[in-house]
Amino acid sequence: MIEVKNISKSFSGTQILSDISVVFEQGKTNLIIGQSGSGKSVLTKCIVGLHEVDQGEVIYDGRVFSSMSQKERKEVRKEIGMLFQGSALFDSKTVEENVRFPLDLFTKMSAEEKKERVNYCLNVVNLDNKNHLFPSEISGGMQKRVAIARAISMNPKYLFCDEPNSGLDPKTSIVIDNLIREITYKYNITTVVITHDMNSVIEIGDHITFIYKGENWWQGSKEEIITTDNKEINEFVYASKFMKTLKDKLSAG
Amino acid sequence: MNLVFHIGRYFLMLKSIFFAKPEKLSIYRKETFREIDSLGLNSLGIVAIISVFMGAVITLQTASNIDSAWIPKYTVGFTARQSIILEFSPTIICLILAGKIGSSIASEIGLMRVTEQIDAMDIMGVNSAGYIILPKILASVFILPFLVIFSMFLGVFGGWLVGIGTGVISSTDYIYGIQFAFEPFSVTYALIKTAVFAFIITSIPAYHGYYASGGALGVGRSSTKGVVYSSILILIANYILTQLLLI
Repeated sequence: MIEVKNISKSFSGTQILSDISVVFEQGKTNLIIGQSGSGKSVLTKCIVGLHEVDQGEVIYDGRVFSSMSQKERKEVRKEIGMLFQGSALFDSKTVEENVRFPLDLFTKMSAEEKKERVNYCLNVVNLDNKNHLFPSEISGGMQKRVAIARAISMNPKYLFCDEPNSGLDPKTSIVIDNLIREITYKYNITTVVITHDMNSVIEIGDHITFIYKGENWWQGSKEEIITTDNKEINEFVYASKFMKTLKDKLSAG
Repeated sequence: MNLVFHIGRYFLMLKSIFFAKPEKLSIYRKETFREIDSLGLNSLGIVAIISVFMGAVITLQTASNIDSAWIPKYTVGFTARQSIILEFSPTIICLILAGKIGSSIASEIGLMRVTEQIDAMDIMGVNSAGYIILPKILASVFILPFLVIFSMFLGVFGGWLVGIGTGVISSTDYIYGIQFAFEPFSVTYALIKTAVFAFIITSIPAYHGYYASGGALGVGRSSTKGVVYSSILILIANYILTQLLLI
């Protein structure tokens, strides 16, 4: 479980996050949604320690991450897996080397054990026999899956996904969403997903946090987000013509 | 103020590179060997071509400027050797490598920064600066002195080749000249300079790449800054080291 308590963050005098508190529960896919520029990515970067918070606390299972030394943070970070928007795979390394990277640095596994673990992780994301390809030789969807395989290679307790569906077609997006959900439930991980994609909200959103102008504007489940009468949420959820038509049809019975 | 900020951040980066414990020594060693191949051995071609031609030109220019009968012919070989060992091979080759290696390092690391590969390492708990930059610094400080020795030989050889080819000097005079009043310390001096320049060539562009921002434009800017500042620092270091070691 990750607890975020009253965190605020500003850059050069501009307030980006104001007094945000939220709890991300274990074994659930916790979604952070909101418009571009609302502060979702900054919030995530504050949670994982890429940005220092101005005030407030980030607590990983009772451990106050925000007040830890760099050395202590390193230990917590070994329990974190992260999927970046652009996959962030290492271009100079093959698929196998990318997935093996944290194992090489942080474990004392033998070469065979590492190979076995890499193959297992690639199998989880349905990418068997792609070990020797470079990131530039595979599609965007495959790159995301390799990034997921790398993120889970160390058996993380916490998984962060920054817009996992950006740049993907709807069908591949569903594959990635399902994968994230499966991994979360199977390994009982605390998963935090930042997304714009309403389809992801409906598919995998166990707990949803809506960030608006740097504030925690609304929290609830995927069922509640459809029926809420919160003006800002409705503007966000039903911004597309498709969602509007769907809502009209549903309300017309 | 901006300069002070950059100097401070540069030294903090160096601190995180040299004073943090590597995650796994074997991985760093492997990366260092890979960088020796990538930064050093891949530069052999350009170093060879430039050295041979520069040696040839130095010989021709020296020969054409000596028209007094009082100056012995072997002076051409002597001058060529001194120019090549003291200045041309360590300084000019390193300036050229600052362009080749420096831009490659800054753009590689800059691209890693803007595509969040460095963030990915940080989140895994890897000391990203150490993992990415330390092998490059170690590799270049190790391999560049060898490249410079190679350049010295080829420069002197290029001078000999063009000297006897054009007939401006006989082989005997040239070989006598390159052995005349040889001070082994001049090679030591050249290698000390090279090691310092190698550090500058890698650490300055690495700094600019590591803190790059703003997409492709930012990467390009970091690459330019890396080359420009490392070239300027090489010239300043060259002056300081010459003053300290030779005067």
